[in-house]
Amino acid sequence: MITKTRNQKAWFLVLPVILLVAFNAIIPLMTVVNYSVQETFGDNLFFWEGVRWFEEVLHSPRFHEALVRQLTFTGIILLIEIPLGVMIALQMPRSGPWVSVCLVLMALPLLIPWNVVGAMWNIFALPDIGLLGRVLNATGLDYNFTRDPLAAWVTVILMDVWHWTSLVVLLAYAGLSSIPDAYYQAARIDGASRWAIFRYIQLPKMKRVLTIAVLLRFMDSFMIYTEPFVLTGGGPGNATTFLSIDLVKTALGQFDLGPAAAMSLIYFLIILLLSWLFYTLTMRNEGH
Amino acid sequence: MSIRKWLVPGLYILFLMLPIYWLLNMSFKTTNEILGGFSLWPQEFTTENYVAIFTDPTWYNGYINSLIYVLINTVISVSVALPAAYAFSRYRFLGDKHLFFWLLTNRMAPPAVFALPFFQLYSAVGLFDTYWAVALAHCLFNIPLAVWILEGFMSGVPKELDETAYVDGYSFWHFFGRIFIPTITAGIGVAAFFCFMFSWVELLLAKTLTSVAAKPIAATMTRTASSSGYELGLLAAAGALTIIPGAIVIWFVRNYIAKGFALGRV
Repeated sequence: MITKTRNQKAWFLVLPVILLVAFNAIIPLMTVVNYSVQETFGDNLFFWEGVRWFEEVLHSPRFHEALVRQLTFTGIILLIEIPLGVMIALQMPRSGPWVSVCLVLMALPLLIPWNVVGAMWNIFALPDIGLLGRVLNATGLDYNFTRDPLAAWVTVILMDVWHWTSLVVLLAYAGLSSIPDAYYQAARIDGASRWAIFRYIQLPKMKRVLTIAVLLRFMDSFMIYTEPFVLTGGGPGNATTFLSIDLVKTALGQFDLGPAAAMSLIYFLIILLLSWLFYTLTMRNEGH
Repeated sequence: MSIRKWLVPGLYILFLMLPIYWLLNMSFKTTNEILGGFSLWPQEFTTENYVAIFTDPTWYNGYINSLIYVLINTVISVSVALPAAYAFSRYRFLGDKHLFFWLLTNRMAPPAVFALPFFQLYSAVGLFDTYWAVALAHCLFNIPLAVWILEGFMSGVPKELDETAYVDGYSFWHFFGRIFIPTITAGIGVAAFFCFMFSWVELLLAKTLTSVAAKPIAATMTRTASSSGYELGLLAAAGALTIIPGAIVIWFVRNYIAKGFALGRV
């Protein structure tokens, strides 16, 4: 770890970043805060409403349902993607000409625009002309993600696993590559089991990258909008209407600026709070 | 090469390739054939979907527009992040930790929250429907990411390098440009890769901030889907083409992608 010198002039080096991010973050955020405490009837007439919208959103069953759906979705994909990604990374050979090719192929889904991911899965899963839909129906299942909420959930989750597991694989693989060979040789001499090697050598070395993986997957899955919107449009009914989809429906569809702004702030605070909690808890464990 | 060694990664890659194969399969079919029935490969192989895209300016301009704002964003994000990351990795200053955390919180802001205020902000400053609007808006999440990645790489460079250079009489900017930046090219490559990636795949803000002149390819696709009925073949071909720029970029940084986040500090 580098010892840092105290130097207030460093502020000048950070200034461009602060200006650019502040322009993009603070002005829009203040706009949202502004809307969240006022009522408008158009014509730029605004009336002070105080915390009314916040109370309304916090008590609205619609928000609760979207939040529960969001938490369920994020929970499920974290439970699938993190272990699956670690497992695949463990099975990857550590060197060789094919490793680069594998990594490139695995990274491919990460670089496809999100609406294309949604559209791709749409035509992949359509019951009549999609490969997945056709195969599932051929096995005797009655699979139609546009009609059946359960099928829609399975499809959205499968799509997210397809889309993002590679990020976990890449990070875990990076963590594993940083382990010197000497560690494995020592373990072999001690006659350590496969599990012991994983538990006491590989897992600790991966801990830092896995923290990053969980944080990124948590944040991004909590903000998910485009992919499920293109795939299912939030349906059938409201079955896959996650928080962002619900928010855009309120803000742009119904033009309820006040409630939408209040919901935005609550939504943002939930992400901040959960990220902070997870981060503090992992770091505290590190201390012991 | 034993088969067992490659079994799990091989199966995983097969799973990844299936939807992509299906997209390619669709893109070489006529719309009639797609809606007419199910086949594992095109029966009447056609490239007319691709020809349609390359001859219609509303289509190919979408790709050009997207590439322009993605490149502007990558250049801005990385160049302002470089000095900032240096400051975070080398100096302690008033409020440094809070500032770093505040930057990262912007990575956690859902684009859906900011779509409407961004529209108003960029309309007010007269940038609506320009490449700059999207490029600057994407800075919201790409600058924090670039600072984070670069800071990790820079902390891996021993401080003796800086001190020796200053003793030798280098000025700060001279040292930074001539010595320091060349030593962290891998980090710059990784940061640029992630900026490119997140700007290229984002749609909600890019769509909100443009209407005609700077319309990204992703928005062209969604609007076509609704206006001209259900031209699946065309849509599939357009989708397949969006994979190519990403694939090229990954190939260039393939040896560094994995390292990128691994070196970033949490």
